[in-house]
Amino acid sequence: MTEHSAPPRVPFWRSPTGRAWAFQAVMLGSFLWLAVSMYRNTLENLKTRGIGSGFGFLHSEAGFRIGEATGIPLPQGGFLYFLISLAVGLFLSRILARHLKARNEAPLDTGWFGLCLLLSIGLPAATLYIFRDSVEIAHYTESSSYIMALATGLANTLKVAVIGCVASTFLGLFIALGRLSPNWLLSRLCRWYVELNRNLPVLMQLFFWYFVVFQELPGVKQSIDLGGWIILNKRGLFLPGLVPQQGAWLFVAALITALCGCWLVLRRAKRMRDETGEPGKRLVPCLLLMLGLPSLAWLAGGTPFLLDFPVLKGFNYSGGMGLTPEFTALVVGLTVYVSAFNAEIIRSGIEAVSRGQREAARALAMNERQVMRIVILPQAMRVIVPPMTSEYLAIAKNSSLAVAIGYPEFVSVGGTILNQSGQAVEIVGIWMGVYLCISLCISFAMNMYNARIALVER
Amino acid sequence: MRSILVALAAAGVLFASSAAQAGTLQDVQANGFLKCGTHIENPGFSALDSNGQRFGFDVDFCRAVGAAVNTPEIKYTPLTSKERLPALQSGEIDLLSRTTTYTMSRDANLGLDFTNITLYDGQGMMVRKSSGIKSAKELDGATICLQTGSTTELNISDYFRKNGMSFTPVVFDKQPDVRAAYDAGRCDVHTTDVSGLAAQRSLMQNPDDHVILPELISKEPLGPVVRHGDNQWADVVRWTVWLTMAAEEFGITADNVEKIYAESTDPEVQRMLGKTGTLWQDLGLDQGAPVRVLKTVGNYGQIFDRNLGANTPLRLERGPNEQWNKGGLIYVPPFR
Repeated sequence: MTEHSAPPRVPFWRSPTGRAWAFQAVMLGSFLWLAVSMYRNTLENLKTRGIGSGFGFLHSEAGFRIGEATGIPLPQGGFLYFLISLAVGLFLSRILARHLKARNEAPLDTGWFGLCLLLSIGLPAATLYIFRDSVEIAHYTESSSYIMALATGLANTLKVAVIGCVASTFLGLFIALGRLSPNWLLSRLCRWYVELNRNLPVLMQLFFWYFVVFQELPGVKQSIDLGGWIILNKRGLFLPGLVPQQGAWLFVAALITALCGCWLVLRRAKRMRDETGEPGKRLVPCLLLMLGLPSLAWLAGGTPFLLDFPVLKGFNYSGGMGLTPEFTALVVGLTVYVSAFNAEIIRSGIEAVSRGQREAARALAMNERQVMRIVILPQAMRVIVPPMTSEYLAIAKNSSLAVAIGYPEFVSVGGTILNQSGQAVEIVGIWMGVYLCISLCISFAMNMYNARIALVER
Repeated sequence: MRSILVALAAAGVLFASSAAQAGTLQDVQANGFLKCGTHIENPGFSALDSNGQRFGFDVDFCRAVGAAVNTPEIKYTPLTSKERLPALQSGEIDLLSRTTTYTMSRDANLGLDFTNITLYDGQGMMVRKSSGIKSAKELDGATICLQTGSTTELNISDYFRKNGMSFTPVVFDKQPDVRAAYDAGRCDVHTTDVSGLAAQRSLMQNPDDHVILPELISKEPLGPVVRHGDNQWADVVRWTVWLTMAAEEFGITADNVEKIYAESTDPEVQRMLGKTGTLWQDLGLDQGAPVRVLKTVGNYGQIFDRNLGANTPLRLERGPNEQWNKGGLIYVPPFR
């Protein structure tokens, strides 16, 4: 009885795999049927009700004004060349590095490294100089299209979301460290901060900051004025602003390039120290990059910025840089609210690292700061990052509450367009699509970061 | 969170079967209540009294239509400017009586029908007396508080563009928030329809500190709106409103309507009040409809005086909303 007869063929409806596939197919089919019938039903209903549909209206003139019109960078013709030269530069320097490695020459050798830097940074920088106007900052006006209005609203939303995420992370970190501090008073205060902010609805907090705090500031004529540099009143916070001149774009590009270069130099220095034990050169090349490139740009493009002070003109201060109470209230409100959650996430992450780690680090004569920075936080990150992602998503989504305090973000602008054009289905669709995209981008970035710091099990 | 309502209303358009559209009159009578969309809070037009009952100019026209179709119960849906049109399109309400401006694009493209004009209004601007401003032409560079989702935003932009002036808008979702921000000094100017400005002024901390500038920067004909394509329902609303206006012309009030019904020998009054002829039955209503309407809300003049007139906090003049034979624009087609 050593021979087994071949197992009898199971009919597909009795095999688990077959059934699984069949169920999947049925599910997919019914989902598609639902989607298609929903789509057709909608069009049919809109038609019978005499409601216009389609996205054509997006191209018509908006006609209303937006209080805070963030400039939208629109790439022009030259931008393509910049992208191409960036790709070519990176590709060439990569090939060079590979080639050197194959020939067993140290690619970290200063001369070769310089060449790589020149290729990956110099080439795009040169293109940028040749096509100086490769990005145009467009400002929304009443005669712009609805698309432009939506883009401005989106830019306002992103501005709040980015600032809110960064600020709430740092504030959360400080609160968490405060809660863990052995100082009784400090840890109690931080605990109260967390409990208070976590348990009050966010909309109420926004109203508090806007109507109670910022509207109680003095009026325009009685502004708090600190020597003309800082002016604070009900209409906002006014600071001296930088007015970009002809060469501003070039200057900023040079600054960013220099920063990228410095980052590369520092990375190389670290690698050299790891591989050879010799500390790589850091200070001189970095200084050269940071001072040299911007000054070259200054020379080539002329003065990049002029300082502009706010002055009282007519009804309000104008000139300089103004932060409106709506924007400030929204950023402060969201930051304070989310920082309480972030603090708890960070605290639990830190407490999740076993005591032994801290004790071992102390035994190696590290001081408290080093223990936290080198040993605890990197391990805590693995616990912190996943829940933090959802807090970042919450900031992006909660920014739409701004509609209640007059900040013209995406939902607010969309609402205006909805009412003027009456295209409710389209606008709601755009809202859903855009927020989905923002959320997916945040999760994608955070998941990538999470994958990098995750514990690699071998 | 209100935007969820808009989304739901939009979803209503998605799923609602198209059969439910015809025969609003029959639907309302079968349900036994009228679904009427109004303001959340706009004194004089639609607000809650101390007993939690809705009252106001717009509300009275809901009540008039409710009386005409003999469904005294009315379910009010408080709506923001942004929510009102989808709510009507999707069938969430049967009648929108909420200071909605009659415009061509709304009439042509949105599946809506405007009935009568119940109030000839215009957009105005309110400033603080202490600012010393006497004319809208002095407002270059001003900060202006206003409500999103209405013709207000477009009119003010047009006006400033036309006059080569600039301004900064601060735009809120709800009228009470606009008022709070203006009252707190966030803005130099509060703008909406003049009737609305008067309503908002009556709610401010010191109503006498504020003045409405003389310029009217737009025409704002306001009135009840129904869905497109249900002509019978539109006619019911139209003639109910006209009945209240004609009643004023003929001197019929809530108090004397029964007496006049019994005694009047004027053939038009007899037809209008349903004593002779079949005008109201032809609309799909019963013979008692006109007397019921007038007993419930009174005539147009009474509705105006009660909610907006000189003895209310709004202190509005009749102006163009006076009867045609007294120099106004209220002019009703004949009941024949």
